[in-house]
Amino acid sequence: MKQLITFVKKEFWHVLRDKRTLLVLFGMPVVQVLLFGFALSTEVKNTKIGVLDQDKSQNSIELISKIKANQYFDVDKNLRSIDEAEDAFKGGKIKMLLVIPAQFAQDINSGKKAQLQLITDGTDINMANQIYNFMSNIIMDFYGQQTMQPKSGVQPEIRMLYNPQLKGAPNFVPGVMALILLIICVLMTAIAIVREKEMGTMEVLLVSPMKPYIIILAKAIPYFILSMIILVSILILSVTVLDLPIKGSLLLLFGISIIFIITNLLLGIVISIVTDSQQTAMLIALVGTMLPTIMLSGFMFPVENMPLPLQMIGNVIPAKWYYEIAKNIIIKGTGLEVIWKHVLVLIGMMLVLFVIAVKKFKIRLE
Amino acid sequence: MFRTLFILIKKEFLQIFRNKSILAIIFVMPVIQLVILPLAANYEIKDIKIAVVDHDKSTQSRELIRKITASGYFKIMDYGENYNDAYQEVEKDKIDLILEIPNNFEKDLVRENNDKVLIAINAINGTKAGLSASYLGQILQNYNQQIQLEMNPELETVKKNSGLEIVPKFWFNETYNYRLSLVPGILAFLVTLIGGYLTALNIVEEKEIGTIEQINVSPIKKRDFILGKLIPFWILSMVAFTIGLLVTIFVYKIQMQGSYLLLYAFISVYLIAILGMGLLASVYSDTQQQSMFMVFFFMMIFILMSGLFTPTESMTDWAKYIAYLNPVTYGVDGVRLIMLKDSGLMDLLPHFGFIIGLAIVVISWSVLRYHKTS
Repeated sequence: MKQLITFVKKEFWHVLRDKRTLLVLFGMPVVQVLLFGFALSTEVKNTKIGVLDQDKSQNSIELISKIKANQYFDVDKNLRSIDEAEDAFKGGKIKMLLVIPAQFAQDINSGKKAQLQLITDGTDINMANQIYNFMSNIIMDFYGQQTMQPKSGVQPEIRMLYNPQLKGAPNFVPGVMALILLIICVLMTAIAIVREKEMGTMEVLLVSPMKPYIIILAKAIPYFILSMIILVSILILSVTVLDLPIKGSLLLLFGISIIFIITNLLLGIVISIVTDSQQTAMLIALVGTMLPTIMLSGFMFPVENMPLPLQMIGNVIPAKWYYEIAKNIIIKGTGLEVIWKHVLVLIGMMLVLFVIAVKKFKIRLE
Repeated sequence: MFRTLFILIKKEFLQIFRNKSILAIIFVMPVIQLVILPLAANYEIKDIKIAVVDHDKSTQSRELIRKITASGYFKIMDYGENYNDAYQEVEKDKIDLILEIPNNFEKDLVRENNDKVLIAINAINGTKAGLSASYLGQILQNYNQQIQLEMNPELETVKKNSGLEIVPKFWFNETYNYRLSLVPGILAFLVTLIGGYLTALNIVEEKEIGTIEQINVSPIKKRDFILGKLIPFWILSMVAFTIGLLVTIFVYKIQMQGSYLLLYAFISVYLIAILGMGLLASVYSDTQQQSMFMVFFFMMIFILMSGLFTPTESMTDWAKYIAYLNPVTYGVDGVRLIMLKDSGLMDLLPHFGFIIGLAIVVISWSVLRYHKTS
């Protein structure tokens, strides 16, 4: 025991000495939480659009000023020809073009069918769809005002559960937590142990009277403590800066986070046992854990849209389950009765990794 | 002078080809990423799980439900009369959206031509919630038009001859190909990742092993040493880009609209800037671990702020400045413009200007800094 404590202390100093890595480790969650919370938004705002008004009537001018008054769009180009519009698209200066044909006012005022053309930049379909919907709503509103038609039929009353302002933070904070804990535990342990191998110092350790599992444990404990500190700082940031309170039990959240952290540490140790160089370890950690976590765990892109094989790959990623659990506890405030299956999966993964780590470790020593 | 450089490059290549993991990064990563990312990053939402709480159980309410199912976006998982039961299912993630139809739905609709339905959406993921709401809104609009015509058939002729029609057109993507908007962007981001990481790691590895000191005391010029490091990785990154481009064209069937010459000119210059940044990261770190984390930290910010996944326009003002100073923004945009819109050199002048400026700054910065430390 005393041996272990001395060893952990030594490893800890080793970690703390590397100021740059520490800065990144602590800086990354802060920067990500702030970026996700404040800077990024999938909401459409200030989209630059062009208008080609071939009518120049009272009606067309009114329509344009109605569009200008809207926060979604910036009308910054009054174009004179379709060629000019094409150049504006090619230079990336506009995302959409509204073409008002010459007889627009005449058609509206004489009760005939009027037409408008909306040309969108199809190279960004997500954006194109959204701005098309916004713009057609504005135009239809305008038409309703012009012809004084009342709204009729079924009107939806929409209630956004758990996140009324449709903020990004409720989705991203649990995601950033999962990602950061993954990076610190898997990447850091994997590299830290391989590094000793690469430098040849691992052999020195192995011939020492120290038991091998103590060496591994001593390597893992500092990162475990670091992870807990970072977890607490993300939660504090989330509550104070992003105004995203933790609805569920803090104790439960910490308990499950500990399981997740241990799972990741074991994964890192397994990677470091099977590899010989830092670059290989890093590559496996990146391609095998980080990229799938970012892409397939559901925090960047909705899981339901993915093809079945990708969803199945997603299911073997521990971070996916932790992300679901964290989302449930933090945002919905649910307890174990809802998430017990997820927790069991996570515990199962932890045990499997433990067995693999112990077995592989023995093989390497012989 | 060229002989030393040539020998250095040759030595570098030999070392690189000895390391299998680097080869995997260069040849396998582009393919894996380009194949998986576009499949995963699909915002087109299908099969939204919906619970209907129908208090009316009338012909009209059933007609509305039929229309919702027919749209293909929604899957009705639960049908009942109790909102709280449905809410419990949302709590358990079994349901994404609840539609509550009030008691006198059909009667009100016939008598007053007006009624409200409640739509409650699990909005933890704001994007998904917003999209579900807008899909359902469109279905309701269609449904409204249909019942209006049912109740007043004489309106049909009037409707046909009046009204406002919006004719939508999607330029540069007539076939409405979803992959088109992502794949070229991912291609740009991919070479950034490969180029940046490889350079940063490689030079630090020499530091860590100690071989860099041997080079420092040898008669090799610093300029030759740095060029000898950059040129092989530049060539390898170009190879990775070409592999990615082939995948884009042959696997995703995305046709190249612009000039290959311009595209390659753009990527060549862009890679010089990116490799320069990798060089800078390696100058500032002592271990591979450090440089990896530094590169990782910046890449994370660069990717998020590049406009690839979220539009640059809707960022907060201070965030926009970060986006404008972010090389990946220019890389992603440049590749998209050339590949998809056939934009010419004049359209890309701002991109070239920024990238060349950045390359000069980072390379001279790292050379100056490198002299100091050695």
